[in-house]
Amino acid sequence: MSSVQKTWLAFSVIGLLLLSIGFGQSWSVALGIFNMCLISSIVALGINIQWGYAGIANVGIMGFAAVGGMTAVLVSEQPVTAAWEAGWGNLLLAVLFFSITVTLAILCYRRMAAGRHRTIALSATIIIGLFLTRYFLDPAVASIEAIEPAKTGFLGGFGLPILFSWIIGGIVAAGIAWVIGKIALGLRADYLTIATLGISEIIIALLKNEDWLTRGVKNVTGLPRPVPYEVNLQTSEWFIDLISGWHSGYLSTLSTLDRQGALKQFVIEGSSIFVKLCYTGLFATVLIFILILCMRALDSPWGRMMRAIRDNEVAASAMGKNITRRHLQIFIIGSAIVGIAGAMITTLDGQFTPTSYRPIRFTFLFLVMVIVGGSGNNLGAVVGGFIIWIFWIEAEPVGVWLMHFGTAWMDDSNALKIHLLDSAQHMRLFFMGLVLLLILRFSPGGILPEVIKKRS
Amino acid sequence: MSFLIGENMTGGYGGADIISDCTIEVDKGQIAVIVGPNGAGKSTVMKAMLGMLDLKSGSVRFKGKDITHLTTQDRIAEGIAFVPQSNNVFVSMTVRENLEMGAFLRDDDFSETINQVFELFPVLAEKQNQVAGELSGGQRQQVAFGRALMSQPQLLMLDEPTAGVSPIVMDDLFERILEVRQTGVAILMVEQNARQALNIADKGFVLVMGENRHTDTGQVLLNDPEVRRSFLGG
Amino acid sequence: MMEAIIDLLNAIVLLLNFVVIPALSYGSQLALGALGITMVYGILRFANFAHGDTMAFGTMITILVTWWLQSKGIGLGPLPTALLALPVGILFTILILLITDKLVYQHYRRQKTPPITLLIVSLGVMFMMNGIVRFVIGPNDQRFIDGERFIIHARSFKAMTGLDEGFSLKVSQGLTIVIAIIMVLALFWFLQKTRTGKSMRAYSDNEELALLSGVNPDRVVLITWIIVAILATVAGTLYGLDKSFKPFTYLQLLLPMFAAAIVGGVGNPVGAILGGYVIAFSEVVVTYAYKKVFVYLLPASLEPSSLMQLLSTDYKFAVSFIILVLVLLIKPTGLMKGKVI
Repeated sequence: MSSVQKTWLAFSVIGLLLLSIGFGQSWSVALGIFNMCLISSIVALGINIQWGYAGIANVGIMGFAAVGGMTAVLVSEQPVTAAWEAGWGNLLLAVLFFSITVTLAILCYRRMAAGRHRTIALSATIIIGLFLTRYFLDPAVASIEAIEPAKTGFLGGFGLPILFSWIIGGIVAAGIAWVIGKIALGLRADYLTIATLGISEIIIALLKNEDWLTRGVKNVTGLPRPVPYEVNLQTSEWFIDLISGWHSGYLSTLSTLDRQGALKQFVIEGSSIFVKLCYTGLFATVLIFILILCMRALDSPWGRMMRAIRDNEVAASAMGKNITRRHLQIFIIGSAIVGIAGAMITTLDGQFTPTSYRPIRFTFLFLVMVIVGGSGNNLGAVVGGFIIWIFWIEAEPVGVWLMHFGTAWMDDSNALKIHLLDSAQHMRLFFMGLVLLLILRFSPGGILPEVIKKRS
Repeated sequence: MSFLIGENMTGGYGGADIISDCTIEVDKGQIAVIVGPNGAGKSTVMKAMLGMLDLKSGSVRFKGKDITHLTTQDRIAEGIAFVPQSNNVFVSMTVRENLEMGAFLRDDDFSETINQVFELFPVLAEKQNQVAGELSGGQRQQVAFGRALMSQPQLLMLDEPTAGVSPIVMDDLFERILEVRQTGVAILMVEQNARQALNIADKGFVLVMGENRHTDTGQVLLNDPEVRRSFLGG
Repeated sequence: MMEAIIDLLNAIVLLLNFVVIPALSYGSQLALGALGITMVYGILRFANFAHGDTMAFGTMITILVTWWLQSKGIGLGPLPTALLALPVGILFTILILLITDKLVYQHYRRQKTPPITLLIVSLGVMFMMNGIVRFVIGPNDQRFIDGERFIIHARSFKAMTGLDEGFSLKVSQGLTIVIAIIMVLALFWFLQKTRTGKSMRAYSDNEELALLSGVNPDRVVLITWIIVAILATVAGTLYGLDKSFKPFTYLQLLLPMFAAAIVGGVGNPVGAILGGYVIAFSEVVVTYAYKKVFVYLLPASLEPSSLMQLLSTDYKFAVSFIILVLVLLIKPTGLMKGKVI
């Protein structure tokens, strides 16, 4: 089978899966899954750039997604003026001292000769600097968090349309990736992976605990939407007309009294689907845009160079390629895409809940998407994103159903049966691991293996 | 029938053949030396006899037994010891432990052999509790040599034992190799320093492009004008 | 004068009770975990992300056996019943690791797969184990400690010494430290003195030369997994006794354990132990609130108003991570010279 045929087949299977969810469960559920599939594919594209193009295993994906989510909050929330007034002075000083500390520390590290003197100077700078920063930060935080803690208790955001956060989320994630990459990319590949794990833990710990910035575990809910609200749609003239037009055939068979009730029902259902479709449009646009960029990049001389580095670092470095620099580039681009996706997830959810970012679990899920789809192949990443997300969501009901089926012969009060039914949901982790191992072992290229173009 | 013979060996590491139709043999109490220009396949031929690459054709026989299809490990167990050219000591282990590893397959008491190695290389006795990674190049080479002797091999293979050591150490190593020959061990070695090596060799093989070019006793080769001109620098 | 000495004693007891002892026992648990990671790193040559879940698996079996023993009324008196169940836990863990090796890792070892691919493979193994553990015992907290709670009780210590501050030593803490010492000594004796142990060190040091010396790689791998299973189950059970058992916590132990192994010098067992204590002490020292200590040491007028806590406990991961990064930047081979695989 040619790779084009395979691609068509893969997407047809995905289409069928979604259709069967639509007919079997509901169209609203199917669309919801489809939307998350789109976002998952974007994350998978970001990971594919890192793992597929360059062989960098980043297990800190959720950290970058969380950064994107935070950006969504900071961009779209209204500023809390009282909090700014209470804390801005001290906060500014804290930021100032922090920047001075970092600058001095970097200067120390760069300018002084390695040895005991540098170690002492460096430690002294960092300790004194952090102490001063804390000295101003603590009262600032206290005063900010004291402002209506039940409702705000944080600085709020800039009150801009939330769509901006998709771009800004990418930029912020890229900035963080730059800092991390500068520190960690000189390390061996497996150390880097462990370092990324640490970084995502820290980012998420920060987001959970720095209430003045993100409200921490109190969460930020009710973020403004880029698409209409269901309630508004349900009272809009044009929308009701649209729905009644859509269902006119069915509605005309009903009596006037029944028609009112049925129309109302249709409008409620329709509004939810309409909102989801709006998101679909937005997400699909972003996905297609990023996908085209990724595919063009991979086919360019730059993409060839990246793969050359991945396949043989020694030879590539002998040819004068600066590998660490290239890796830094890749790390930043991949993380930025994940940041964008992170902002999109938060936009879709309409809320930011730091506790929901489980570093290893979801990172692993996204990594599985790339490897199952086909590392190094952008379309493969998209296919993987769709298939694995559908699998992940549907594994739970299907698993529970299978378990019911398998334990049907047991008595309902059987302790084993109760335990099995309760635990069925955990088996999806098991199956996800199994899928990864099977693919790695028997089909390392994934569903759509990397296409090696021979230069003619 | 030679003690060890690799006959008509052809093979390489997957790609093109590095050695073709090459024959090498050595007898008990003899030193056989493989010399030749860079890239002639000298080390490859030795690895082929050790089973570290697949032969397309040809056979290897040791003590009259066909060992062509044995793994490296099984050949070691048959009584062959090999000293690689580089990375030939356990850097994190002491000199004594290195020697003990050489006797890993022996079940009997090997303290006698350790003493023999210490007699051969007194400096090792001195540094026996030192970590091998801290030794000089020449001393490491002695550790590697000693490790190989610990298994009381019937056949000793040395891949450029004098690479990167000073001339004094080199002469000393050649002395030791001669001493080992006295005990009846067959010695097969690859050498860069062709002149000295042929000097002590009972048998010499000149390889070019993976093929036998000249084969004779060390002395004859040393006096062969063509060998002298092409490989010994006049 | 007398008062100053008592204040000083109180401050010392306070630190011992809340910093030194907890860090010692946590450090011992980390050290045992890091030893397992470092063994896999040194001999099988990859970063084993499944190690945390291996610990969880071994602990889970131990807990199940403990519950069964408890239901039969079998116990160890003052000591936790879990110690009696431990060998069964170890046995099952050995079994699952050997099966995993046979079905998963062996293939890649023969292919000489690069370590980073093996790392991804170990992630897959990690999720399968994680699934099994959650499926069998659930994702919630499980307590399984029984027997005596304390070796030294805070109240009796106060009564005995007359100090304001109490000093307590939990059975779980005492056990952790003692068992860790025994395990480490046994492991070192094995690696340094026995023929098999030496062959493992040789294999870790220089695989090709070890093969040339007649070391059987399959045997080395087999014994490595057995040792890893023992270390993981013991470390996991001790951690579970000391704190509590929750699958998620074991996953979170991965980072500090990796940090300990790398900080100490990967592949170096002494380094892993040192690393374990370095990480544990840093975490506890940096996140402890020193207010009470200063209250004892300083005159009343200088009493600090804040908690005097350098970092909130939520940032303990940051501590292990920062130490990891610092060590890698300053001394990439780790504190004790590790190997570069």
